This record gives sequence, structure tokens and C-alpha cells, in this order.
Amino acid sequence: MAGRVKGLRATLVVTALLFGFSAASGHAFLDRADPRVGSTVKIAPTQVRVWFTERLEPAFSTLEVFDERGERVDNGPPRTDESSPHMLQVPLKSIGSGTYRVKWRVLSVDTHVTEGDFTFRVNGDP
Amino acid sequence: MRSGRVAVAAATLLTLASVPALAAAHGMAGQRFFPSTLTIDDPFVADELSLPTFLHIKQPGDGEVPAGQVTNISGELSKRIFPNFGITLGGEWNLLDPAANNRTESGFGNLEVTLKYQFFTNAAHETILSVAFGWEAGGTGRQKAGAESFDLFKPALLFGKGMGDLPDPLAWLRPLAVTGIVEGVLPSRSGNKKFTVNDDGDLEVEIEKNPNVFHWGFAVMYSLPYLQAFVRDVGLPVIINRLIPLVEIDISNPLDRGFAGKTTGTVNPGIIWAGKYFQLGLEAVVPVNERTGKNVGIRGQIHFFLDDLFPHTLGRPLFGR
Repeated sequence: MAGRVKGLRATLVVTALLFGFSAASGHAFLDRADPRVGSTVKIAPTQVRVWFTERLEPAFSTLEVFDERGERVDNGPPRTDESSPHMLQVPLKSIGSGTYRVKWRVLSVDTHVTEGDFTFRVNGDP
Repeated sequence: MRSGRVAVAAATLLTLASVPALAAAHGMAGQRFFPSTLTIDDPFVADELSLPTFLHIKQPGDGEVPAGQVTNISGELSKRIFPNFGITLGGEWNLLDPAANNRTESGFGNLEVTLKYQFFTNAAHETILSVAFGWEAGGTGRQKAGAESFDLFKPALLFGKGMGDLPDPLAWLRPLAVTGIVEGVLPSRSGNKKFTVNDDGDLEVEIEKNPNVFHWGFAVMYSLPYLQAFVRDVGLPVIINRLIPLVEIDISNPLDRGFAGKTTGTVNPGIIWAGKYFQLGLEAVVPVNERTGKNVGIRGQIHFFLDDLFPHTLGRPLFGR
């Protein structure tokens, strides 16, 4: 029994040495968004917020919003919140009814880059 | 003027140096994440570990080989040497009940080494193309447990295509993706001599033919994570929103040496749950014809994303970013 425990301990040590002690973290995938992905909202939002599955490096992450003509309607650089480092948000200009495309490209703290886009629709007045 | 250029160059170098090394992703093309499929090879180069893959199925008899149950446990380690070029080491353990000698036999199969080059990636069209060359080293496993005494060479072309570029009216089909392989399986020997002594005490020589095989397969999958993140958040609960239902088709067409037309293959419907550091997969193994078998088998897999588990050590290419 003691030999088996020793063997297990040795295996763990070798595994740790081989694999290193680096902190693990994964790719930053989109977890949820506000407005929700593919949703239709009645009241035009004043900002877009996107939550990811990992902490982000805001300096190397982008969040842009385009209207149907392809013109940018985001108003200022995207930023994270200290209390919510998984979330990226960007303020919007005053927008009206229509379909808007949100494009994001983020760098998670473990240096993995992910990107994507989604749309939401405003069906009402600003 | 010259000092201005030097300042610009220095600033550029400083900026580049301050940018963290950007890591490529496992099975990513644009916003598409291709999971590692259980039955057919993946089209992408990655740092990943499949351990274990478990298969259990009843197989029909073939000539002197009796019908019986096969249990196979295998593992594969894939490592990127360069960002788009990697190596995969694979091994397996077999339990044959009964084996060709009508006894229960177990042991390791032959070792396999595969080099893969992902030569094309298109983010907008979620497309990946790669070529691979596999070598199954004959004689490295136990023959009584089914390992061949000869080598197998496996040149292959692999592809992956996500449907994220479909137009808006077909948006619900965007989570679909297909991966596939076309491969030659070429034995190093055309046949094996088998010596037996007959009832009269005479030595008999029997030659078992080893055909060249055209192997092909594909996987069709519908990614619920893709649906949630890029098409429409339909409010799926936590476990469900990481599921990827799929069907894999795996077909082998022997081409010559008396085996031409004797197709074997399986249809493998199943599901993958893709988590942060690993994925779990489970499939039914349904034979396509009686030559392949009459009973449904089962295949399961645990697959680790080494690039997420160890992003600064094992999970990055040995050379290059």
C-alpha cells in the first residue's frame, strides 16, 4: 500500500514538472450579451455589454457596433469594469430602429485571441 | 530626420515587444470552434490529448477469425511543432474475446505517428484544410491482440467547414459544420505468409493478402454554443448550451488483392459536451452492413485542451507563435 502511495506521489511530481505550474485559463468565448444575441428590443440601448467566459486584456480587445449601412454607432473605446473583468462594454450613439451588428475581438489573459459577431434589432424609437 | 526614424523604429519595437504573444486556438477558424470528433481525424493542428477513447463492439467472424467482442482503449497526444504543423502519437490496448486462436487475448496495438500540416485557414468562411501522413509501425504491438506485423502508411487530406457564412434567411443553419477525411491506407507488405502443419504432417504455406484501402469519412455537427453566441440566444440552460450533437460516417473501401468491393464502415450518432478545459463525447457505433457487424457498439472519449490547460508550457507550439 505504502509503495502504491509513493508511486502515485512520484507520478504526480513528474506530471507537475512536465506540465509546469502555470495558471490555467481558457479561450474567451461569448457567454451572454445585453442586448441578447439575435434579440429584438423595443427601446434603443445606450450601450452594448458582452460577457465572456474568461478575464480579458482590455487594451487588446475591441467591441464595435455597426448599423445596416455599415457605419459605426459605438461612441468611445470599449472598456472593462474592475468588478467584472469578464465583461466588455461600449457606449452607443443615439440609434433608431434597425438591425445592428456587434463585432468583437478579445484577448484573454492567457493570450488566446477569439472573435465573433452577432446582431440585435431595435423595433421602436430611440 | 534620422533621429526621428530611429525613434519611430524604437517605438515600434517597444510596442511589438509589449504585445503579448498571441496564441492560436484549438480547432478555430474565425468564430467557429470545431470540436475534436471521436471517430474520424480532425482537420486542425492543436495541442490536445485524447485519453481515453473507449470502444466496445461485437464483430462478425471472418474466415478463421471467430465472431467476438472487441474492447479497445486508446490514447492520442497531439503537439504543435510550429503553429500550423504538428505531430500526433497514438497507442491502443485491445481485448479480443475470443481472438483468432479462440482464446481471450489482450495487449497493445501498434504505435502510430502522424504529421499534419494545416495549410489553409479562412476565418470568414470558417474553413480549414490540412494534409497528414500517418505511419502505423508494424510489429510494435502484440500480434495475438490484433496488431499487424507490417507497417501501414496513411496519406490523407482533411477538411473542416462551418456554415456561418450562410445568408440571413438560413441563419438557423449557421451552427452546422462538417469535417472530413479522405485517406489512403497502404500496407508495406502485400501479404503475410502463414505456416501451418496439416493432418498429414506436411508444411502448408498460406498467404493472407493485405489490400490497399481507400478510407473516407465525415462528421456533421450542430453546435449549440455557436447558436447561443452568434445566431440567437435562445436561453438554453448551462449544461445544454455546451452540447454539440453530431453524426460521423466512417467508411473503408478495400481496393485490390481480392478484397475489392468489400466495404466496411459505421455510422456514429452521438453528442459532445465541450467545456473549458476538456470535452466529453459519446457515440453509438452502428455497422453499415453485415460484413462490418450486426450489433451496435459504443464509443466514448475524454479529450483535454492542452492549450487552455497549460497555455505557457505544453499548450503552445515548440517554435513560432
